Amino acid sequence: MAEPLLRLERVCKRFDGLLAVDDASFAVEAGRITALIGPNGAGKTTLFSIISGFLTPSEGRILHRGAEITGMPAHLLARRGIVRTFQVAQPFAGLTVHENIAIGAHLSRRARADALAAAAEVASAVGLGDLLGRPAASLTVAGRKRLELARALAAGPELLLLDEVLAGLNPREVAAMVPVIRALAGRGITILMIEHVMQAVMRLAEQVFVLAQGRIIAEGTPQAVVGDAAVIEAYLGHGAAARLSGAGGAHV
Amino acid sequence: MKRASLAHIAVVIAVLAAVPLLTASNLVLNFLVVALLIALVGQGWNVLGGYGGQYSFGHAAFFGTGAYVSAILQTRYGVNAWLAFGLGIAGGALIGAAIGALTFRSGLRGSYFALVTLAFAEVLRILASVAPITGAGVGILITLDLRPQAFQFQSRAPFYWIILALLAASFLIVRLIEQSRFGAWLVAVRENEEAAKAVGVNTQRVKLAAMTISAAITAAGGAFYAQYFLFIDSGIAYGPWISIEALLAPIVGGIGSAFGPLLGALLVKTLGELTKLVTGDAPGLDLVIYGGVLILIVAFAPQGIAGLIADLRLRFARLRPRLPERAHG
Repeated sequence: MAEPLLRLERVCKRFDGLLAVDDASFAVEAGRITALIGPNGAGKTTLFSIISGFLTPSEGRILHRGAEITGMPAHLLARRGIVRTFQVAQPFAGLTVHENIAIGAHLSRRARADALAAAAEVASAVGLGDLLGRPAASLTVAGRKRLELARALAAGPELLLLDEVLAGLNPREVAAMVPVIRALAGRGITILMIEHVMQAVMRLAEQVFVLAQGRIIAEGTPQAVVGDAAVIEAYLGHGAAARLSGAGGAHV
Repeated sequence: MKRASLAHIAVVIAVLAAVPLLTASNLVLNFLVVALLIALVGQGWNVLGGYGGQYSFGHAAFFGTGAYVSAILQTRYGVNAWLAFGLGIAGGALIGAAIGALTFRSGLRGSYFALVTLAFAEVLRILASVAPITGAGVGILITLDLRPQAFQFQSRAPFYWIILALLAASFLIVRLIEQSRFGAWLVAVRENEEAAKAVGVNTQRVKLAAMTISAAITAAGGAFYAQYFLFIDSGIAYGPWISIEALLAPIVGGIGSAFGPLLGALLVKTLGELTKLVTGDAPGLDLVIYGGVLILIVAFAPQGIAGLIADLRLRFARLRPRLPERAHG
């Protein structure tokens, strides 16, 4: 089998006494949408920060197309095509939507005019076309999430790391965002997403990894993972799987 | 924010250039030379502080290095004054790069960055007040030699045009920055450093480059000062007064806008002169005035005078279409 786009080998991250990521190994295949799910505090965002170069792992290796990228700073990873978004949107608050996206576009475009033109294109692709002149600080939560996505997209990623781009959106907004993400995958961008909105994960992801207390406890298709006893226990507590299957017949 | 157009810059410089043709008053020219000098030094600060969001409290380090390098080369090594001026700028840039490398590599931001830059300037001031090469406590007196090739002039007008030309050059540099990818990255660093990294901005390098350019512009002001007053000592060259002037002008005038430092310098210097008229030369009173102005600006016009003007323009633009309606009613 070909070398995956991204591979983590036995990655650990310790913060003083706390083991935030414990021996995590997994691979992201090119051209797919892969989801990383898990209860709050499982270490998902820490893992994302490690992959995107904002944190260095205490142990383990990260490989991009077979080349080691462990500990490489974020801006170099972005130049290799690994670009992240932030769970809490991090706009350039004093700039307009257009200028925000143009910063991403500048990664591969030197001229200001080229970057602004590319930014306008990306903006309409994610549904921000009408808001180009608005200050980023004036956007709603949904608008900020789209901006976060647009700026990362403008940087021309090969692997896009989406940290809860659907969190905080109402069901209508989620429904509007799902086809946007699917369209990106259609354009050949590999996506690794952290997501809590399970409905969206079920509809989008082809491969799911479940992280709980820093460890990968399950992997597979979304359908396989939601039926996994270890996953149910991680979310709902010890013994939950047994109780659910016992009670299942009566209620469903 | 409104960007500076070439036409705006040309008009402002042309109007200012005409002043010596209208008046030969040494008082007026001297006032304007000092105000433009502060505008230049402030423009240097503005590149790093206004566009890059890194607030330095120690731009005296660059001003003083420009002044000392230029003065020492002339008086001790017989270097031509114009060449010495250029080398003074290079020296300031070098110090800027060195301090930048040290502070940014250690990840200093915000008030920590401000304090450490202040400390660097103070260390240089103390060193200059004891080292023999800087004239220690006595300072350096540049020998009077009123010839253009020695960068000295009989009248004030040539000095005025030179400082104006330097200021014009700084406007063009700022305009180039505003229109370049580097400028976009610099503003991105100011707005959100983490987000900038995530889209491939080498924030360390951008900050370092900004500090070097900033230091070079401010050092030009220092080297000019030495030439204009023909005397510097450690308190003048590296003293906190110039660090304060450097940040006050752009903050009052409009931070992160090309014309901010000029507007601010003219306003602050005018206020300073007016106070002197009223109270005489009471020491420290100018600082009280500066403090008051700073409080007013921060409280009521955080974008400075330039921001205030843009604001008023917007309000007038909104008012105008309503006027005919009122006539109908």
